[in-house]
Amino acid sequence: MPGRGDHEGIFGPVQQAVVPGVTSGSAAKFRPGDPIFAALARASGVFVLLLLGSLIMSLFIGGIPAFRKFGLGFLVSTTWNPVKEVFGAGVSIYGTVMTAVLSMILAVPLAFGIAFYLTELAPAWLKRPVGTAVELLAAVPSIIYGMWGFFVIVPLMSQYVEPTLIDLFDGIPILEDMFAGPPFGTGIFTAALILTVMVVPFIAATMRDVFETVPPVFKESAYGLGCTTWEVMRSIVTPYTRVSVIGGIMLGFGRALGETMAVTFVIGNSSHISASLFSAGNTIASIVALEFPESPSGSLKLSALLALGFILFVISFIVLAISRTLLRPKLKV
Amino acid sequence: MKFALAAMAIGLAGFTVAAQAQSITGAGSTFAAPIYGKWGEAAASTASVQLNYQAVGSGAGINQINNRTVDFGASDMPVKADALAEHKLMQFPTVIGGVDVIVNLPGIEANGLKLTGPLLADIFLGKIVKWNDKAIAAVNPGLKLPGTAIATVHRADGSGTTFVFTDYLSMQSPEWKDNVGASTSVSWPTGAGAKGSDGVAATVRQIPGGIGYDESAYAELNHLTTVAMRNADGKFVAPTMQAFAAAAANADWSAVKNFAIDLNDQKGAESWPIESATFVLLPTDPRDEKQSSAVKRFFDWGFSHGNDIATKLLYIPLPAKVQDAIRAAWQAVPGSM
Repeated sequence: MPGRGDHEGIFGPVQQAVVPGVTSGSAAKFRPGDPIFAALARASGVFVLLLLGSLIMSLFIGGIPAFRKFGLGFLVSTTWNPVKEVFGAGVSIYGTVMTAVLSMILAVPLAFGIAFYLTELAPAWLKRPVGTAVELLAAVPSIIYGMWGFFVIVPLMSQYVEPTLIDLFDGIPILEDMFAGPPFGTGIFTAALILTVMVVPFIAATMRDVFETVPPVFKESAYGLGCTTWEVMRSIVTPYTRVSVIGGIMLGFGRALGETMAVTFVIGNSSHISASLFSAGNTIASIVALEFPESPSGSLKLSALLALGFILFVISFIVLAISRTLLRPKLKV
Repeated sequence: MKFALAAMAIGLAGFTVAAQAQSITGAGSTFAAPIYGKWGEAAASTASVQLNYQAVGSGAGINQINNRTVDFGASDMPVKADALAEHKLMQFPTVIGGVDVIVNLPGIEANGLKLTGPLLADIFLGKIVKWNDKAIAAVNPGLKLPGTAIATVHRADGSGTTFVFTDYLSMQSPEWKDNVGASTSVSWPTGAGAKGSDGVAATVRQIPGGIGYDESAYAELNHLTTVAMRNADGKFVAPTMQAFAAAAANADWSAVKNFAIDLNDQKGAESWPIESATFVLLPTDPRDEKQSSAVKRFFDWGFSHGNDIATKLLYIPLPAKVQDAIRAAWQAVPGSM
């Protein structure tokens, strides 16, 4: 093998020449670029903290008049009356949490199915188009989902889905109350459906990516022992990727909590809480978007809206904290 | 030398042209945005005023003029006298617009259904829930009303249209006045909220038995099924340009201060009962007199030459005597015309 020897002869000296050059240069010469870069990097890090801090502070300070006027009752009061200047966050908090939780209940199994199919079952020629389609769905602006929801999904809901479900569950306790009321088409349930469509691509893309990080040797060993595809998924892939999967779900949950325009179009925007999932409601983000332009500066209404923004911040923080505590035991192992 | 003089002359000429086409900024009412936009296009060449108008909503427009970030603010809701004094503002109306009641009742044609103010209030209070209710049938003899549930639809976003509509309901129903009141956004006792005029129109169209309200220009352009209303004289009128103009002509403009007139439920056999003027707010202590004089020149042009444009866009021009009164009131604002 003379050719191989030639190659070694070429690469050997080059490598030796480069390595000493680097070590001697960094040890001997002072480079002004290093401290400057370090300072810039530190400033960028601190900037994030400052930005977040000032955001929270300005929302809180803006919300103080509302907190002072209504006290802790602000969190549970279901009155939102701009004429009498009585404001409560109860309806919006309920709507925000309810739509986000409902959408996660629908989205997580669907996203899991997509990721499972793409990584384990799909033929190679179909993986790319479906994977690209999922990523494209994640890039669609939320206003497009809002318009599509309002002009396509809402009529379908009001004409077919809601009347059918109302008739189906009529007479069954609890379910009868959950699916009741005039079929407006808009409401908590429709908002949750749209949110599902919006967060599925996020969760599915994350799940697919982390499922692919499972070392093939693990899966091959399991298959070698006679496991079925589902058993491999349940006992090998899911435990191995648990942390990242929960991370992906939380990403989707965060988006569902704060989504504004799409929800505003389809939630019906009413300040009432009802047992029925078909009833109109609102979310923190939607009420802020709708009421902000008509809120004079210095008014109690503006303060209440800023207080709502602060509460949304706190809810997102709680969600993040819960996901961190869920992950902690596994991280240490 | 000759070349330098020529260059200077060209430069000066350019400068004077730029000074003539003076640029002014306004912000506020979305309702008035189409007419200010069209007036702006036409006035750029003929009155040499370049208008930059941002339709950010009446509340935001009031905020911006209070902070003096724009040359004028625009609001669909008249500003109260003490607020005008506090922020040193002068207020005047520009055009008038009607608010139509729209319904989705298969088999009933436009203006075929008649309603009264108290009935409308009871519908939006959720006290009348079926279309074949006796109270509705009583004012519609001979009309075959369906037994469908009434689904009320209102604006979910804060809007001057909502103010006009709820103000009318407050006049018609003491219960509405006490429990709900009039504002750009209120606590609706029942029904669904939709975003924007188009949202209300689309939601009403989607639900059989739906009823909502929209600016007349919007309802007209989209061929929505409107309702005839009973006016202060007890006559049922359809929402037409003549009916809107009749209400504006019958109003007693001299009785109010700051032109803050309420055009709802005006007397006159032909008057449409739900309509309002849209207002402009001008600082009485302008930072730059040139700007306030340009704003005055712009609206003066609008009053003298813009009435046809307004009518085409289905706004009702102000009565001529009101326009003259506004020109006189402009004396309070520094800056020549």
